[in-house]
Amino acid sequence: MDELPLIAGQVFNSFSVASLFVLAALGLALSFGLMRVINMAHGEMLMLGGYLAYLVFLVVPGPLAIFVAMPVAFVGAALVGAGLEMTVIRRLVARPLDTLLATWGVSLILQQAARNIFGAIGVGVTAPAWLNHTIAIANGPLAGLTIPATRIFIVAVAVAVLGALNLLLARTRIGLLVRAVNQDREMAAASGINVRQVDLGVFCLGAGIAGLAGVVLALLGPVTPNVGQSYIVPAFLVVILGGLGSLVGTMIAAMLAGLVSALSQIFVDVSSSQVLVLLFVVLFLQFRPQGVIAVRSRALDG
Amino acid sequence: MKTAFYRIAAGLLTTTILGGAAQADVKVGVLQSLSGTMAISEVTVKNAEMMAIAEINASGGVMGQKIVPVVEDGASDPAIFSQKATKLVQSDGVATVFGGWTSASRKAMLPVFQRLKNLLWYPVQFEGNECSPNIMYSGAQPNQQIVPALSWAEQKGYKSYFLIGSDYVFPRTANLILKKHIAKDKLAVTGEEYVPLGGTDFSAVIAKIQAAKPAIIFSTLNGDSNVSFFKQMSAAGLPTTKLPVMSFSIGEQEAQAMGPSLVKDSYASWNYFQSLPGDPNKKFVAAYQAKFGKNAAITDPMVHGYLDVYVWKAAVEKAKSFDVDKVRAAAVGLDVPTPMGVVKFAANQSLYQPALVGKLDTKGQFAIEWQSKGPIAPDPYDPVAFPGKVCKLH
Repeated sequence: MDELPLIAGQVFNSFSVASLFVLAALGLALSFGLMRVINMAHGEMLMLGGYLAYLVFLVVPGPLAIFVAMPVAFVGAALVGAGLEMTVIRRLVARPLDTLLATWGVSLILQQAARNIFGAIGVGVTAPAWLNHTIAIANGPLAGLTIPATRIFIVAVAVAVLGALNLLLARTRIGLLVRAVNQDREMAAASGINVRQVDLGVFCLGAGIAGLAGVVLALLGPVTPNVGQSYIVPAFLVVILGGLGSLVGTMIAAMLAGLVSALSQIFVDVSSSQVLVLLFVVLFLQFRPQGVIAVRSRALDG
Repeated sequence: MKTAFYRIAAGLLTTTILGGAAQADVKVGVLQSLSGTMAISEVTVKNAEMMAIAEINASGGVMGQKIVPVVEDGASDPAIFSQKATKLVQSDGVATVFGGWTSASRKAMLPVFQRLKNLLWYPVQFEGNECSPNIMYSGAQPNQQIVPALSWAEQKGYKSYFLIGSDYVFPRTANLILKKHIAKDKLAVTGEEYVPLGGTDFSAVIAKIQAAKPAIIFSTLNGDSNVSFFKQMSAAGLPTTKLPVMSFSIGEQEAQAMGPSLVKDSYASWNYFQSLPGDPNKKFVAAYQAKFGKNAAITDPMVHGYLDVYVWKAAVEKAKSFDVDKVRAAAVGLDVPTPMGVVKFAANQSLYQPALVGKLDTKGQFAIEWQSKGPIAPDPYDPVAFPGKVCKLH
């Protein structure tokens, strides 16, 4: 049964791919689900996180630079998100097609800015030495399976972010406000909640998480001005598959997409596996258009 | 009154002379990817082509006319290459175009040059299988790069091969040629994987490599994918020092951009290495580094782009015309001194050139491991993979 390590390896890879999808999609789920805002510049938040990580690695020496890079990327992306929200999104609330066009324009501006500042050629982040090894399983039925430590780190980051977000939403006052606005915007406003501030906060949080995703992405490959474009489509797929407004749904959808992608790559090549993932999403939505978890919320009606 | 008259007359005369001289300029197109996934490789080819143009202008131009380059960005997108090529020939009226890298971009530009009857000088190694009168193929044909690299690997005793490439025409055709030759020589191909151009996730491919345990990997990955591939291979415990990789699209420039420690001890096969001995090369390297930085890396496509401009100039001066058919005919068999030595185009519009195999060191330079015995006659149709086909253009 020497297929088992390959299959087990791919199952693990599906978690790793799913973690990237989750980190990329969570911010989108928050802004799309809450504000019905289609943010096409979301991929550029990832790109920004990657470039901020590159800058931090230039300045901060040593193996723990990545732990400095992560908060810097989070805050940096959140600030840019705040700027975007206050200038563009705020004026286009509840106009999804207009926000789509406007944020698409912002995405082009951000990509060209990155090209002008950092060059069209990608920049590289070298993973710290403590991440740059593999865990090899030598005995038992999974003998021969090697798992790179960087991918375990990515899964760990995703789990930590999901846990923290869950705590924030379930246990804090801010989370209560977010859940209230998510459920029924008008009633929440009528109850005295400053809905615009909640919008701003949620948008910043989403952008910050995307920045974290960018840091993690920098460990796997070069950070180029186009890196955001490779993740925006899977992020949207995961958000819609998961059911608008549901974070648990987003997580489950990311896992499903990651599994389909990684397992299909055992049998077909990468291009065909991308086709299969899209086919899977299309078929799933035929049978269950509301996504994995249907959020029963009056906010969705209208 | 009289002085004013003379001043005006002198002014008019000067303007006419200068205006007249300004009309004696020839425009050429320089069309490379300055952005996108291929920018890592192509920006420096543009630099080399521009340097050749500047040098020729400094020594009097072509037939006394100054060359005016029109630079366009193909943005790593074959559709944009096709659009820009049309724009260069139709709107800018260029005499010829130097450019392209991916075979996808060349295939997209081919109908443009054939329809508009212009000439493209293509400086990059490719899969052959093409014979257009409107393209001068200075990059290596398969029998000048791919097949010699395989012979070298077989001589070194590698018996199992894993083929990996970006998903477009060049890697697919190159791997087809490799598979046929490997089968003919009764050796094993333990895997063949493709990743979309610009793709960065190699987790499944690496899992398959680990399962297949090949002796050597032959990689036709292009652009940014190379960075991700070597990074993830190293993270998975398979650095190039443990599992040798022969890359067909990695030169000194890509090694430097990736960080030479990532690709140390890996191999590449080209017709030129920056470490090539000989005075013409030393002069060229010194001139390029004086202009673009003393740590600038020089690659084979850069040298081909550079020599393409010089061959065009020599052909124009031999034909005494910018007419495409006359220039093509004049270029065949014309000896031109280049950093690679004296080269000439064969009747099938490809270059006679030697094949070299080099091994990357920690400084991102290649130590030459093997050379072919002299220049190899170019053949666009590999005799094992595409038997019976012949390219006859002159």
